[in-house]
Amino acid sequence: MQKIKGKLVLMDGSVYEGDLYGRRDAVGEVVFTTGMSGYQETLTDPSFCSQIVVMTYPLVGNYGVSPCFNQGERCFFQGYVVSELCDYPCNWRSEGSLPAFLEQQDVPVLAGVDTRAITRKLRNYGVLKGVITGLDTGEEKIKEMLGEPDVHDQVKQVTVREKYRMGEGKYRVAVMDYGIKRNILQYLVSFGCRLTVYPAYTSAAEVLADDPDGIFLSNGPGDPKDLPEVIENIRQMIGRKPIFGICLGHQLLALASGYDTYKMKFGHRGINHPVRDLLEHKICISSQNHGFAVDEKSLDDRVEISNVSLNDNTIEGLYYKTHPSFTVQYHPEACPGPGGHEYLFRRFVKMMGGDR
Amino acid sequence: MPRVQGVKKVLVIGSGPIIIGQAAEFDYSGTQACRSLKEEGLEVVLVNSNPATIMTDTHIADRVYVEPLNVEFLESVIRKEHPDAMLATLGGQVGLNLAMELDEKGILRNYGVRLLGTQIASIKRAEDRELFKEAMEKIRQPVPESTIVETVSAAKEFAHKVGYPLIVRPAYTLGGTGGGIAHDDGELDDIVNKGLTYSLIGQALIERSVAGWKEIEYEVLRDAEDNCITVCNMENVDPVGIHTGDSVVVAPCQTLSDREVQLLRQASIDIVRELKVCGACNVQLALDPDSEQYYVIEVNPRVSRSSALASKATGYPIAKVAAKIAAGYTLDEIKNAVTKKTTACFEPTLDYLVVKFPRWPFDKFVTADRTLGTQMKATGEVMAIERNFEAALLKAARCLEIGCRHLQLKHLAGLPLEELRRRVATQDDERLFAIAEFLRQGGTVDEVHRLTKINPWFLQKIVRIIEMERLLQTGPLTAELLRRAKKLGFADEVIAGYTGQTWQEIRQQRKAWGIIPTYKMVDTCAAEFEAATPYYYSSYAMEDEVEVTSRKKVCILGSGPIRIGQGVEFDYCTVHSVWALKELGYETIIINNNPETVSTDFDTSDKLYFEPLTVEDVLNVLDKEKPEGVIVQFGGQTAINLAGPLAKAGIQILGSSVDSIDRAEDRERFDEVLTQCEISRPRGHSVTCLEEALAAAHDVSYPVMVRPSYVLGGRAMEIVYNDEELRHYMEHAVQASSDHPVLVDHYLMGTEVEVDAICDGREVLMPGIMQHIERAGVHSGDSIAVYPPRSLSEHVIKTIIDYTVKMALNLEVKGMINVQYIVRDGNVYVIEVNPRSSRTVPFLSKVTTIPMVDVATKCAMGLSIREQGYKPGLQYFPDYYACKAPVFSFNKMSNVDITLGPEMKSTGEVMAVDYQFSRALYKACIASGINVPHEGAILITVADKDKPEATEIAAGFLELGYEVMATGGTAAYMREHGVEVETAVKISEGTPNLLDDIKEGKIAMVINTSNHGGTAERDGFRIRRSTVEHAIPCLTSLDTAKALQRVMAAMRHRRIVSVVALQDLSWDD
Repeated sequence: MQKIKGKLVLMDGSVYEGDLYGRRDAVGEVVFTTGMSGYQETLTDPSFCSQIVVMTYPLVGNYGVSPCFNQGERCFFQGYVVSELCDYPCNWRSEGSLPAFLEQQDVPVLAGVDTRAITRKLRNYGVLKGVITGLDTGEEKIKEMLGEPDVHDQVKQVTVREKYRMGEGKYRVAVMDYGIKRNILQYLVSFGCRLTVYPAYTSAAEVLADDPDGIFLSNGPGDPKDLPEVIENIRQMIGRKPIFGICLGHQLLALASGYDTYKMKFGHRGINHPVRDLLEHKICISSQNHGFAVDEKSLDDRVEISNVSLNDNTIEGLYYKTHPSFTVQYHPEACPGPGGHEYLFRRFVKMMGGDR
Repeated sequence: MPRVQGVKKVLVIGSGPIIIGQAAEFDYSGTQACRSLKEEGLEVVLVNSNPATIMTDTHIADRVYVEPLNVEFLESVIRKEHPDAMLATLGGQVGLNLAMELDEKGILRNYGVRLLGTQIASIKRAEDRELFKEAMEKIRQPVPESTIVETVSAAKEFAHKVGYPLIVRPAYTLGGTGGGIAHDDGELDDIVNKGLTYSLIGQALIERSVAGWKEIEYEVLRDAEDNCITVCNMENVDPVGIHTGDSVVVAPCQTLSDREVQLLRQASIDIVRELKVCGACNVQLALDPDSEQYYVIEVNPRVSRSSALASKATGYPIAKVAAKIAAGYTLDEIKNAVTKKTTACFEPTLDYLVVKFPRWPFDKFVTADRTLGTQMKATGEVMAIERNFEAALLKAARCLEIGCRHLQLKHLAGLPLEELRRRVATQDDERLFAIAEFLRQGGTVDEVHRLTKINPWFLQKIVRIIEMERLLQTGPLTAELLRRAKKLGFADEVIAGYTGQTWQEIRQQRKAWGIIPTYKMVDTCAAEFEAATPYYYSSYAMEDEVEVTSRKKVCILGSGPIRIGQGVEFDYCTVHSVWALKELGYETIIINNNPETVSTDFDTSDKLYFEPLTVEDVLNVLDKEKPEGVIVQFGGQTAINLAGPLAKAGIQILGSSVDSIDRAEDRERFDEVLTQCEISRPRGHSVTCLEEALAAAHDVSYPVMVRPSYVLGGRAMEIVYNDEELRHYMEHAVQASSDHPVLVDHYLMGTEVEVDAICDGREVLMPGIMQHIERAGVHSGDSIAVYPPRSLSEHVIKTIIDYTVKMALNLEVKGMINVQYIVRDGNVYVIEVNPRSSRTVPFLSKVTTIPMVDVATKCAMGLSIREQGYKPGLQYFPDYYACKAPVFSFNKMSNVDITLGPEMKSTGEVMAVDYQFSRALYKACIASGINVPHEGAILITVADKDKPEATEIAAGFLELGYEVMATGGTAAYMREHGVEVETAVKISEGTPNLLDDIKEGKIAMVINTSNHGGTAERDGFRIRRSTVEHAIPCLTSLDTAKALQRVMAAMRHRRIVSVVALQDLSWDD
């Protein structure tokens, strides 16, 4: 992979120099994620669409890449910022190196950077827009790039083009794909679900016409408020079938129920987030990736907060009292990250009349 | 207040003396836990026999019993203190085993003591192999095929069923004592035999070997509500087959995919939940490098060496949280002490990695078997933190205190490739260095991987280091290249070696180019949250996040890894010095690299820099912090060695000056001091060849103490009695030359006396004088010391006071001074003076109740002794006695001669206090692990010169009702002198002989002094080793034998078990 001197320039003017790999510049919201393993799952998670992702763990690519780790069909990152990229991976599953994978995915990478310095910046100032470019790119050009309008159609970029089926189980689940991670599909199938996966903008009527036993609202990228049409579709599905939502799906159901969401300072991205389950009276460590959250103040008594973050008390899950629906903000399907959340899938199956 | 109901007083069992497999980590975790319990308003009663610990300070626990760690004494403490509850999981394996014994004997029930935290049932299910296997089968966690045997024949039967190689692990031992890998029947026979002896319950586990697999550890915490988190995972660079305590370990895991990480994490959590551990737990797993198959190897339901490492690696205080869990809290109710905002219920994430490197004692035990296996051999370890593996590894190498600055050992550099290949294939302490050398000389990663099974990822990193060496060699040294070298962790000195410059030149150039290290914080959360812990490491990155305050500050140098001669006592001193400086209003900065210690706990100093203790690494910190000065006198030889170079670089050394240190250390300059003070020392000369040596010996007269001024790795110090022995020494043990002379001093066979004193530059405070039981010639660290002295005349004591004061003032000591004297025929001679803190300071501080380090630190900072409220001069002797006894780890070290001599061999020490001397001595013996026999036969086999003395001892034992056996010559001599002993058959006289007697348990104790040379020496060695292998006491000094005889006599007519809390020691004046 060809390497030139490059830099990450943030909206506030701060500059971080490193080695730039890749053929294009990158512009996007800069976020950091703290997982120490699971880089490929993160890279292929469609929820990161159009973002520049900073890895806080300094050594990335140690165990190479393998198709079995992919969570989406490709990498939707704008850019990637790491301290050290490993070109000599070693693991029995490895089928290639991460640098080669990134080149093939056409993701610009800035390596050799003080990623902790960037993380501290984002922690203190909140997420910032940034540009990855060559070291000699001039101020004017950078200003121009930073001035580009923010992206709002990420879900369109990542959702499936046509509906498809998956699994042979007993429960027919309509999966709304806003950028779904593969492991969610696998989990649902393993819990006995027969899935029909719909493009994000499929109308409620079309979905309901297929008469599913339950509806699943997936994770996905971006601001949930960018999706009024999707929200309207969900509103029409509320109460018709049991609904289970994860991450963006959680936010969308809240919006469809008349509640509000807001943008967090720097979000939750990592695989070590403690979440208290107020219904089950237990604490689980979870995988998280979200920059928006449901606003507690906007809730009413039709809904109960079922999960909260132990770190900052933000809402991590909602249980709807007037219809059989529940959602979580975090990623019970893991990949990357810890398991131990299977009970949520079990609960969904139960809502659909199952006994598992 | 604690959440647990009805608990007011808690008994905590410490781990006792430092031995191989159980080092300072339990002082660190124990101290944290005691404080944590006290915070909850609980009264803490602590029992620990190790005085060189912070946890036995009277302010850490409410009641401190420095008493032997056995059931008898613990019951006594329980009877006296009536604790409501006990914590068993903080004192290592020793504490855990004792808790189980107390439970089995019904003592806990009888006195109504409940166990907090992890319960006995859980401990048993984790520790008992059969129960553990059942538990694992229940939750479908795979364990290697195994069986438990109590006989060798059962082991063989299993071997013939599953085949070799097999791992043998004795049940209930420390640090894998007696274990090993057997490749055939012969090895199996040997290892199982030994293992059964060491096992407390006479059991050993035999299991299929998964040697070569990845060895992964998880540190898990669970609370009573079943909340469970993993604090850290760790990957051994050395695959399964080498004890994790002897492995280079990296955290977090580097070569595992997220799937593998989660697989093993979930397994660890499932196991801890199934065992219902309530607190900390360590889980060791083996992962197939070629699939996702894994086995559970071992579970430790307690804090451990690994949990200490995980705590330091992540910043997460495992012991503190475990204690809170024991007090009834759930993880989410406990605050994260690092971020102060989040809770303890989360999993730390790192944005750096740490490398742990073991420190082995082979520099002291040169004859020891250096191969590594399932039996741990390291005495200590170092930890290095960096943002890339190469730099962390090189930092770790610099921390080791073995004279290397790089992944390179001089004596391996010239070896032919074939020899290096052999070294690579040998699992020993130098393997990683041999690998580097092999790769340097053209060996391939593939071949090393084939020979060692070390993951190529790690090997490739070593290749990167070597590539950088080549670039530096070729040059030119541009700013860009220098920056890359520094990023990879190369020391200035190493770079200088490749470019042909001096390290000072490199340093200057580096600073001119603006290439200076940045310091990053260890914060448990990869910078996601703001953290309050001032705990830093260096990295050549962009942003430095350490804020230098405007406060007046002092830097204290720590003592690095625990090793023979430099144990936990120096960490005790470091910590106390910090506390004293804080009292004076200074900001305190510690530089140290030992993850096992209290000094590297995040709340000990105001700032902690986890760095190697080399001139460059220390100067980098000082450049940044610009403290008023550096305190070196508490960090042992490590810190003292840095004093000169630091002073040269313009750093202020606080307390005694570099010149004072030099005048005490340099032989000729010290002679001047003695002349000025009119003090004598044993006569001696320095010689450069055999002829000169003989002349010198004749001049000063035999016996003489001989030692090289420059240690080449041979036997360093010896006492020789005649020309023949001297010739042997000069020809075999040392290479004398004009550059490296050998010192020949008259050996004075007298009473050894040791003094630790404090000088403020004008006056001298002498808290106490210690008298050694063993005569001069046994290293002071290996002697039993008694305070106050029992047999020194008033005149001698006056002379000692006079000499100590004179030397302290002459050397212009500001702070601590340690002096060793020999007293003979009423005359006092000086052997050695050290203007620094010594090994005995914690002991003396505890028994005199004078906080010596605190006073000395304040003297170093300019306060006088009187200003601090102390009266100079020798303090009154109390009406109680205290003994300090050495503890050895010979059972972990094969081929090491256990004879005591001028070279230190002990790894730790114990203390005992009592109002009766013999009781104090008895307790010290028991605490040090001497299995004092109540009856049976005592075998005496001694050198000719010792026969008269040994005869007296024999008579004494006969009088006490013991049988006495002696070998031919000795027996004849004794009978001639009217002492009727039985004759034992010498080894050379055929079988069965005395070795068989030892093996069959016919001998309860051995007293042996050795002859030099010939079969007598070899036989002596075999006898001594066989006592180690069969765990019977062997005394190699007649003084120890006499003392022990006194104890045994006292045992006959006095109640010997009596305990006293340090808080209750009274001064009757």
